[in-house]
Amino acid sequence: MNAPVMLGMPTIPPSAPRGIGNLRGEEKFPVAARRMLADTQLRRNLGNATTTIRAKRAQVVAELPDWEELREAGRQLKVHTMAHLPDYLAQLESAVTARGGVVHWARDANEANAIVIELVRAKGVDEVVKVKSMATQEIGLNEELEAVGVTALETDLAELIVQLGHDKPSHILVPAIHRNRAEIREIFLREMAEVDPALSDEPAALAAAARQHLRRKFLSAKVAISGANFGIAETGTLGVVESEGNGRMCLTLPDTLITIMGIEKLVPRWQDLEVFLQLLPRSSTGERMNPYTSMWTGVTPGDGPQEFHLILLDNGRTAVLADADGRDALNCIRCSACLNVCPVYERTGGHAYGSVYPGPIGAILSPQLTGIEDNASLPYASSLCGACYDVCPVKINIPEILVHLRAKHTETYASEHRIPSAEASAMTAAAWVMSNPKRWTRALRGGRLGRILGRKRDVIGDVPLPLAKQWTDARDLARPPTQTFRDWWAAEHGGEQ
Amino acid sequence: MRTALFITCLADALFPEVGRATVRVLERLGEQVEFPAEQTCCGQMHVNTGYQKQALPLVERFAEVFAPYDAIVAPSGSCVGSVRHQHAMIARRFGSPELVEQVEAVAAKTYELSEFLVDVLGVTDVGAYFPHRVTYHPTCHSLRMLHVGDKPIKLLRAVEALELVELPSADQCCGFGGTFAIKNSDTSTAMLADKMRNVLDTGAEMCTAGDSSCLMHIGGGLSRIRASAKTLHLAQILAATREDSML
Repeated sequence: MNAPVMLGMPTIPPSAPRGIGNLRGEEKFPVAARRMLADTQLRRNLGNATTTIRAKRAQVVAELPDWEELREAGRQLKVHTMAHLPDYLAQLESAVTARGGVVHWARDANEANAIVIELVRAKGVDEVVKVKSMATQEIGLNEELEAVGVTALETDLAELIVQLGHDKPSHILVPAIHRNRAEIREIFLREMAEVDPALSDEPAALAAAARQHLRRKFLSAKVAISGANFGIAETGTLGVVESEGNGRMCLTLPDTLITIMGIEKLVPRWQDLEVFLQLLPRSSTGERMNPYTSMWTGVTPGDGPQEFHLILLDNGRTAVLADADGRDALNCIRCSACLNVCPVYERTGGHAYGSVYPGPIGAILSPQLTGIEDNASLPYASSLCGACYDVCPVKINIPEILVHLRAKHTETYASEHRIPSAEASAMTAAAWVMSNPKRWTRALRGGRLGRILGRKRDVIGDVPLPLAKQWTDARDLARPPTQTFRDWWAAEHGGEQ
Repeated sequence: MRTALFITCLADALFPEVGRATVRVLERLGEQVEFPAEQTCCGQMHVNTGYQKQALPLVERFAEVFAPYDAIVAPSGSCVGSVRHQHAMIARRFGSPELVEQVEAVAAKTYELSEFLVDVLGVTDVGAYFPHRVTYHPTCHSLRMLHVGDKPIKLLRAVEALELVELPSADQCCGFGGTFAIKNSDTSTAMLADKMRNVLDTGAEMCTAGDSSCLMHIGGGLSRIRASAKTLHLAQILAATREDSML
């Protein structure tokens, strides 16, 4: 970090590259959402699950008299860390190295995957166990390992369900939230060779089947791959927070541990965990404390993994950091409280977002990591109801960033096209009319369309025009009045009509 | 005190009865309301759809038109939310430091109707009479941007002969969301269906709220399914008197 710095032309940091990883959907949100909404089983599963988690969260949050102060502390810690990210990253690297770990820097998904593949190959294994990790989902690590003949076994119960079901995760914390227990039983019967055909769909029986399936793997695996909830710059300690203990088995039993961490997961000091370990479990699972918190620092001779690699992943994060109005998205601690309260997520589920980061946080994070043009429909996948902002443990103003990204999208479009979009033309025309009261008054008087359309009834039914059709497909429109408010006022109080 | 009515573009064009009701309540409470005719729109539609720059002239106009007044009252939580939270943002991004100062000063004296009645005038009983079973939908921006809390409920409880029934999952968005209702019409409609079911479960004759936009969406849905329940703006309930019911 003390090398001389070249002061060249400032460049825009690169976005997460195309053709790798799971940040981009194949369809626009409204198209994917339409299909999801038609799945009544999915809507029931999601409705039940999110309602339960919402209630649990609300209860445990209400127990803490200083919840708002904790949120503010969490926000400030994150804002401070992001403002000094290069220094803290360098500090983390020194601390990890000093304790016997090896630090790798990955500019993007391709580099990160290549580093992992090289490390795994060096060990000569064809199977690795994995701790639940959003970063590895983001870069598509499992697919890349498979392509070189290495099987990556997910050990988190929900991730295992997703993997065995040849499915994709649909929630940050509860990746199989779209599945009910009957569906899970069927997946296990189909995919686990050794499972008892009489398996019931009782949660305890399903968990026992998964445990038997996994335990053999834990004992034989030589290499484990994890993500990290926190990386502490001061001490070089990494931390994973989980519920099942399967993560801890991966983190302690194999001889080699490879951890992939987004550069934004950093906290400056050990003491900062006192804030985040209160905020995270209550916001995510609605628990006062999660069952397993595993922390490790470098390598301890004779105890646990004897080789530790930390891969620090950028993959578009520096680009997010460069946008002052959008960068707070990096403060996210992946609790998923915003997903559970979001009325859009509750109805469409996570797959409609096309990215491993769904819901409100995904709608502001994915388009920033990939560049707005690759996920342009996501910032509009919100009614701006604000429920996400209210529950966010680090107070990310998600609605404000959504609005910012919408502007970024329309401005990017305008800068790349000579002819404005139909919407932009309409908005410009509306602003022109509305910025002048005379024009506005004339426009209102001219608004006789409604009178023509609604001549027969008091309401307007199906209107066969684009845009209007999107409204009148499901809702009537009241017939516009014959007198506007301003005309009534002028008639009552005198003055210019 | 000079009080101005900000009618909002939607109520001006489509729901003038909401404006008339607002004037009626305020005048009954002894407030002299003025209607500056140079007003147009707060610009929220532009900002929320991604056209911030186009909103600048609307933001400038709002600040200029309403600067001379001591208080500005609007029958919309959403538009007041835009004035309080978005105008300064637009002014900072596209305007001058003077404009930022100007819009912040105007925003600080702009109130949603229930806020104005309860906080500024200190009234909860506005002398209304409305012999109907009513449920209240707290619109998202009233609830989470303005934090109006139970002010509308207090006002409704004081209305003579009104039976107020609680709306299940009241704090869930109805699915309107401005251009969201058009760009994501399927999701919007799914949210609307749940809101309508909750309204109908209460057995209320009327669903009321502080925003004409959300009511246009909920009411449009109820009308489409030929439900007997109707929507009515809070101002219209507060304006109603015993004499009206005899008409």
